[in-house]
Amino acid sequence: MIEVQHLTKTYGSVTAVDDISFRVEPGEIVGLLGPNGAGKTTTMRVLTGYIPATEGKALIAGFDVFEQPIDAKQRTGYLPETPPLYPEMTVREYLTFVARIKGVSRVDRERRVEASMERTRVDDRADSHCGKLSKGYRQRVGLAQAILHNPDVLILDEPTAGLDPKQIIETRELIKSLAGDHTIILSTHILPEVSQTCERVVIIHRGRVVAEGTPDDLTARLRSTETISLQIDTSGADPTSALIAIDGVTGVRLNSDLASVVGAEVETVQGRDLRRDLAHTVVTNGWGLLELRSIRMSLEDIFLHLTTEEDVAAHNDAANLIKTTSETADA
Amino acid sequence: MRNILAIARKEVMSYFASPIAYVIIGLFALLFGYFYSAILAFFLRQSLQVGQFGFSGPTTVNINQDMIRPLMLNATVVILFVLPMVTMRSYSEEKRSGTIELLLTSPLSGLQIILGKFAGAMALYSMMLAVTLVHISILFVYGDPEWMPIATSYLGLLLLGGCFVSVGLLISSMTKNQVVSGMATFAVFLMLWVINWLADSTGPTTQEVLTYLSITEHFDDFSRGVLDTKHVVYYLSFIAFGLFLTAKAVDSERWKG
Repeated sequence: MIEVQHLTKTYGSVTAVDDISFRVEPGEIVGLLGPNGAGKTTTMRVLTGYIPATEGKALIAGFDVFEQPIDAKQRTGYLPETPPLYPEMTVREYLTFVARIKGVSRVDRERRVEASMERTRVDDRADSHCGKLSKGYRQRVGLAQAILHNPDVLILDEPTAGLDPKQIIETRELIKSLAGDHTIILSTHILPEVSQTCERVVIIHRGRVVAEGTPDDLTARLRSTETISLQIDTSGADPTSALIAIDGVTGVRLNSDLASVVGAEVETVQGRDLRRDLAHTVVTNGWGLLELRSIRMSLEDIFLHLTTEEDVAAHNDAANLIKTTSETADA
Repeated sequence: MRNILAIARKEVMSYFASPIAYVIIGLFALLFGYFYSAILAFFLRQSLQVGQFGFSGPTTVNINQDMIRPLMLNATVVILFVLPMVTMRSYSEEKRSGTIELLLTSPLSGLQIILGKFAGAMALYSMMLAVTLVHISILFVYGDPEWMPIATSYLGLLLLGGCFVSVGLLISSMTKNQVVSGMATFAVFLMLWVINWLADSTGPTTQEVLTYLSITEHFDDFSRGVLDTKHVVYYLSFIAFGLFLTAKAVDSERWKG
């Protein structure tokens, strides 16, 4: 339904999006995840035809957003980062105007406006001016505007930004309920959002796709080390040396300074379950084993892992550059 | 066409949802009314003189020539000040508030948006001019003016206003800041107004070019009741060029992001 092929967007010398490709199948909810400034908004703006791509192309329902913009836009609903509301219009007036420019026929107009207000639960404020709405309502009116002409594709740029926790949950439920009828692509930098709403995740960093897959997939694929958390009653002894001596343990981190109970996070090599060895060691040392569980790497860890690894590399590059420059200066 | 109307309707609605339309139409009516009474008083004094002294004063007075024509020329000056305020927000406000993103991602062509905005501003301008019909019809009640020069004057005012609106849209599409947009539009209007002042002190070719470019030079014939296609073509091509440049400016903004 959505196809992005080798998309590149540069602003002068700055490359905001660098050769991104991905696909979204009909009815899917896909999350674009990335830190601020990663290129999520730029990607979405190209997809909606708001800005043209420097290179590559984007297809919505088979229509090239640049070559056949009207056809593509007809099938797209878009919620920008700030909901595009006219403060002087009432919600109903605003949605009626949007219905007109989105080509909703006169007979369907009123019905569609009412239906989308109901769906996004803004019908109780239908006659309030958009400028007087709270942030939560503004966001929902923005969403109502996006689904108004019943588009095949919904592009939502940070749909839950600035909402309170209750509204966030409601909005996520709403988005989930829209999937199936619509193909949805949403961007966020909030991790739990992705694992809760999206079926698939595309992680973008510095304008590139660094990982793609279901949240479970990513978790499995990127688990290079496993962590086991322990709570032991050592009666004051330091368990580090005993634990590190076990074959396969690569690191031990103590995270409790209580006199008797010690919490330890033990990092182990991938693919070997060391829980038995750990338990055995604890018991042979005469300590009490209070808790033992293996910790799965969360999406958050993966995200940080992916985005900081590159940062370190970039940092090294920069350091090298500075070094070479100073050497040149010396010469 | 339906899309153009939808945009135009929204424009007019937002003029009337804020005090803008009321202030602009109201104050324009006030100023026009003042000019009207001042010129009328002068005209009456003149006609009285002609009646009393016959050949010693001005030989004849004509209500079209001595009353309506100066009035229309004064109206163009008021328009020079008023129209920048009508157009200054059209694109600037949409860019500032982000609603431009809605328009540009809707199934509309750039040209439809521009024509819609142009039509919206022209609608407000026409309402402004419509108020002055009241003053003119009073002249028909108490006098006997010819309607032809009046009709051409209104056509001239509409075309002149159209030029201003197209320049205003162009400038508004280039900035987010309404004050910058308004001031720059006013400066360009004024420049177009007085561009022929230099004409007399330049060579013959430049003189001709400058005179041709002057936006008021072309209004003169309209105010006399002369409908010359040369002037109509000038105004229409001016408007088309302005709107064309606006389309280009909106597009280039998108490329820049």
